[in-house]
Amino acid sequence: MSLPSNRTRRLGGPEALAREIPDGATIGLPPDYSLVAMAVVRALVRCGAKDLKLIGVPVLGLCADILIGAGCVREVETSAVTLGEAGLAPRFTEAAEQKAIKVVDATCPMIHTGLQATEKGVPFMPLRGVLGSDLVRHHPDWKTIENPYAKGDPILLAKAIVPDVALFHARWADEAGNVWVGRRKELATIAHASKACYVSYEELRPGDMLEDELLAPGCIGSVYVTAVAPAQRGAWPLGVPGAYGIDDAHLMQYARLAKTAEGFRQYLDEFVLKTVAA
Amino acid sequence: MSYAKEELLAVAIARLIGDSRHVAVGAASPIPAMAVFLLRERNGGMPRVSLLQKRSGNPFTEGSRELFDLAGQGRIDVFFLGGAQIDGEANINLVEAEGKRFPGSFGSAYMYFAAKKTILFREEHSKRVLVPKVEFISAPGWSPPDVERRGGPAALITGKALFAWLKDQRRFRLESVHPGYSVEQIVESTGFKFDCPDRVPTTPEPDAASLDLLRGPVAREIAENYPDFARRVWGIGAPA
Repeated sequence: MSLPSNRTRRLGGPEALAREIPDGATIGLPPDYSLVAMAVVRALVRCGAKDLKLIGVPVLGLCADILIGAGCVREVETSAVTLGEAGLAPRFTEAAEQKAIKVVDATCPMIHTGLQATEKGVPFMPLRGVLGSDLVRHHPDWKTIENPYAKGDPILLAKAIVPDVALFHARWADEAGNVWVGRRKELATIAHASKACYVSYEELRPGDMLEDELLAPGCIGSVYVTAVAPAQRGAWPLGVPGAYGIDDAHLMQYARLAKTAEGFRQYLDEFVLKTVAA
Repeated sequence: MSYAKEELLAVAIARLIGDSRHVAVGAASPIPAMAVFLLRERNGGMPRVSLLQKRSGNPFTEGSRELFDLAGQGRIDVFFLGGAQIDGEANINLVEAEGKRFPGSFGSAYMYFAAKKTILFREEHSKRVLVPKVEFISAPGWSPPDVERRGGPAALITGKALFAWLKDQRRFRLESVHPGYSVEQIVESTGFKFDCPDRVPTTPEPDAASLDLLRGPVAREIAENYPDFARRVWGIGAPA
């Protein structure tokens, strides 16, 4: 693994972050409730990203549906793709049914466990349950072994997952290169396990958040962060807890439009291809 | 007293939860959430509820893996699962059926083993959903004896009926039929075979006290996290 350089780079905006992510990259992404870098996702569509592999940690939503609909995605590995109350993710559903993308089905804790193996630098980690699910038969990287400490006790192994890129949004970045994500610790797991980590943020704080006892536990330290860029309301139409909520009406509008390829095009024209501030 | 079908189901699910200590409610499960909030209103805050989708004051501080770690330790007593298909051996399918793609398995393949009991819930009761054999096993209803498994299915509740799971026989038994349906209709709309006693009671209608709680404090709590659902059932919006 080529470790990121010591200093977190500060870039100009979502477009600059998007340009750092090469075609073909494997990207670890959070669910819709967990600080999604939507502004960067829109920038990826605008710069014509190709052949991405998305890993849902542990599930995916709007960002995956937009990237799939825009033709940026070759493969997804995830425990689900859903728009929550807004229903099925229509572009994912169509692409999966028409086999336009490869789908590797997983289950939430196996994704977490695979990333945690990478955090620890070990090649695999065991998890209880799951045995007898057809997921085990289909997944290329899961193996069942006998518990070496007991007789007649099969147990499943998750192979270490190493995304090329972690991509998410943060409430704050600071001058020292740390980012604050609060309780959304799955983002720390993705950041720790990925070769590079790109973070858009709402606001820049002066100084070093690790000097603040109240802020430090919600931070991901700069050692993991490759580059940051400002994006005000950068999670919209998803939310940033404590700052702004999910725009449910917009999600419903998206779900309605994206039911057809034409409607999705119209959505892209209006909300993605024009560089509009939300 | 007239009531919504969602209210009947919530009261029935509350009975199934019984005196459990810790209930976790997953994505897109507003009716199970109603049932837990109803119990909490009745029982002075018991059981503890962990609502995965809770938008503010979410119970987890270690990210989304914390639920699974909790369950892995045996700290979750009751969980809910559904399925695009559910079969007579309590296998569930959340991936694909009849050429249609569904969102995916979520944490089902793990939670079905780790939670002490799982209540299967699917409002649609038809041969399309309740099938002889699922096309894809997201999570198996039972496991061979050498596979470590803490819990499994306890019951299956649909929009028409309630079934108990008979673990040793690996079959469902019809427990009650919701008001307005007959046993014959249940047999006709169920794709798998199940045990059917000679006399099957009707699922009790929700009592006035439960309806008062559901339409008051429970509705307000639900609207915060399932705004669209609350609007549909009670015509109320999310608090500003």
